[in-house]
Amino acid sequence: MDGIKVLIADDNQIDRMVLSRIVRNQGYEVFEAENGQQALEAFEQFAPDIVLMDVMMPVMDGREAARKIKYNAGEDFVPVIFLTSLTDAQSLADCLESGGDDFLSKPYNHIILKAKISSFYRMREMHRTLQFQRDTIASNNEHLMHEQHVAKAVFDNVAHAGCLSAPNIRYMLSPLAVFNGDVLLAARKPAGGMHVLLGDFTGHGLPAAIGAMPLAEIFYGMTAKGFALAEILREINVKLKGILPVGFFCCAVVVDLSFDRKSMSVWMGGVPDCYLLRAGNPVPEVLSSGHLPLGVLNNDKFKDHLTEYQMEEGDRLFLWSDGIQEARNPAGEMFGEERLREVFERAASPDSVFDDIQHTLNDFLQGTDHDDDATLLELRMVNESELEKADVKLTSGPIAGPVDWQMRYELGPESLKNFNPLPLMIHIMMEVPGLRVMGGQLYTVMAELFSNAFEHGVLGLNSSLKHSADGFMQYYRERSERLAGLEDAYIIIEMKHSGDGHSGRLVLTVEDSGPGFDFQGLRKRSGTQANAYSGRGLPLVAGICESLSYQGIGNKVEAVLRWPRIQDGSNTDGTGRAL
Amino acid sequence: MTVQASLAGNGRELTIKVDGRFDFSAHQEFREAYENVPGEVKSFVVDLGGTSYLDSSALGMLLLLRDFAGGDGADVQIVNCNADVRKILTISNFEQLFTIQ
Repeated sequence: MDGIKVLIADDNQIDRMVLSRIVRNQGYEVFEAENGQQALEAFEQFAPDIVLMDVMMPVMDGREAARKIKYNAGEDFVPVIFLTSLTDAQSLADCLESGGDDFLSKPYNHIILKAKISSFYRMREMHRTLQFQRDTIASNNEHLMHEQHVAKAVFDNVAHAGCLSAPNIRYMLSPLAVFNGDVLLAARKPAGGMHVLLGDFTGHGLPAAIGAMPLAEIFYGMTAKGFALAEILREINVKLKGILPVGFFCCAVVVDLSFDRKSMSVWMGGVPDCYLLRAGNPVPEVLSSGHLPLGVLNNDKFKDHLTEYQMEEGDRLFLWSDGIQEARNPAGEMFGEERLREVFERAASPDSVFDDIQHTLNDFLQGTDHDDDATLLELRMVNESELEKADVKLTSGPIAGPVDWQMRYELGPESLKNFNPLPLMIHIMMEVPGLRVMGGQLYTVMAELFSNAFEHGVLGLNSSLKHSADGFMQYYRERSERLAGLEDAYIIIEMKHSGDGHSGRLVLTVEDSGPGFDFQGLRKRSGTQANAYSGRGLPLVAGICESLSYQGIGNKVEAVLRWPRIQDGSNTDGTGRAL
Repeated sequence: MTVQASLAGNGRELTIKVDGRFDFSAHQEFREAYENVPGEVKSFVVDLGGTSYLDSSALGMLLLLRDFAGGDGADVQIVNCNADVRKILTISNFEQLFTIQ
């Protein structure tokens, strides 16, 4: 009980002395005051823990003093116990009414007095602890929110919206926390087309956002380098499997949109059904999830098979996270699939479906908050030309980065069987800022020349087989047979870049171990330069390059590219298809 | 939401029954239901007969149980699902990981 300070205010000197003596004898430190005004001053001066105060006093009476002491104490709890010789119930109740915490009747009972002082002191301590904890929580919370906002800024830079603003995309994200458990990513492919990913992590907030960072990094990084979607999925899966604790995973639907082929490939893992709404047909096709979510299976069990759908211009795919169907109204009902389906049935036109879903959902919720992250997305099939030119950031002035370099990369038979060198090669070229702008075209050139060297040169396959459906099958059968038996083969890729930061020139040669072909005869027969190499998918490549020439016995091709390149529009959309 | 665990087959089979909403609030109880079981449990049965709703954190808990029970070699059955619960398990393709009846 050391150090507990008690203020005693009583205008009756005898009473005051008696009480002081009792209290002091019980081991407390005592301060005295003769009236309310003095009590107030003593309170300011000594900051007592407990105040024992007579009600009736001159200058300022006990009630007013109590009120002022309580006011000055602010958030602190300073117990005020009134001293009174009155005994009727109403007077005692009045003491408490006027701001006192308890009363003590004269004459004083030592035992009760002691018990009351220590009991109120305990309450005061409890109050202090509570305040301290409250302040700690408040400051921790403030700290946490601050950290989350900083982290959110980093997160937004990594998991940026990509090309979500493209005219063929409409979306709605409703974040439940600062961080969103839903991830929505979209990126243009270097060779034309678009990758889109809608993911829903277990839980939301920070744990979900942590998983979303590597996912976004891989998605954007690999898409920019020209990796196929299946390879990207596999990489994301192995990454998430490695970093997320068991029980955390990411449900996702991933779409590869090809505008020039008017097709779409979809992978769905653990997500609700998606609807494919075709122009002219009000009944949507239902696409169902066929895979486990990302981050559940090891990569040897993971299936990266995408389902392909042919689409017409104006066809739309609607995607959503389960937060849409599971949104609950005030009555606790879920929005559900039925209501979603009805929106499609009632929609006036395909154009209005997206808005209709939003309106219907909002009407249904009647102002209640979503209890899960809810994301809605519409993808429309368009012509690539409707999209803006892929984001080009060529700052004026000389550009830093590698400008004078060359390399030689030789692949032996085992590498040719198991490894796709295109992303690596593209990556090297993309280090040159001036070439980055030509990403799609470079990819086309690299992909065409490499696949010609590989399939026709090394494997000796005849592309004319691909003219018929049966031939197509045969082509791929032969391809895998010959690949399995491949020995003593090579492909050499050489690149040499020169330039000064304002412009540059890339010489790319691809040489294979095959028997070559009669390129001179081919050129003579077909006359014009543009069609010179038809049948080998080359007009497209020739259109991009400054020059394209076969050398030696036809097993070596040299392409020269120059930047900055004068845009000539139409034929440079960069499709990677062999003709 | 309640989670009840009971042993059968000489302590070799553990049945965990979840009633009500199976969501994050069941996390602690669900884990305790299988982690502190004496003896050697060979197979696990999750009885969702009384489960009205299942969310993704419940799916996560099932994966945790599967991992605890031996991962790919685990013997975990999920039984008595109602249509809604069954649908969520199907969407997530959990048939590939669990025996669902």
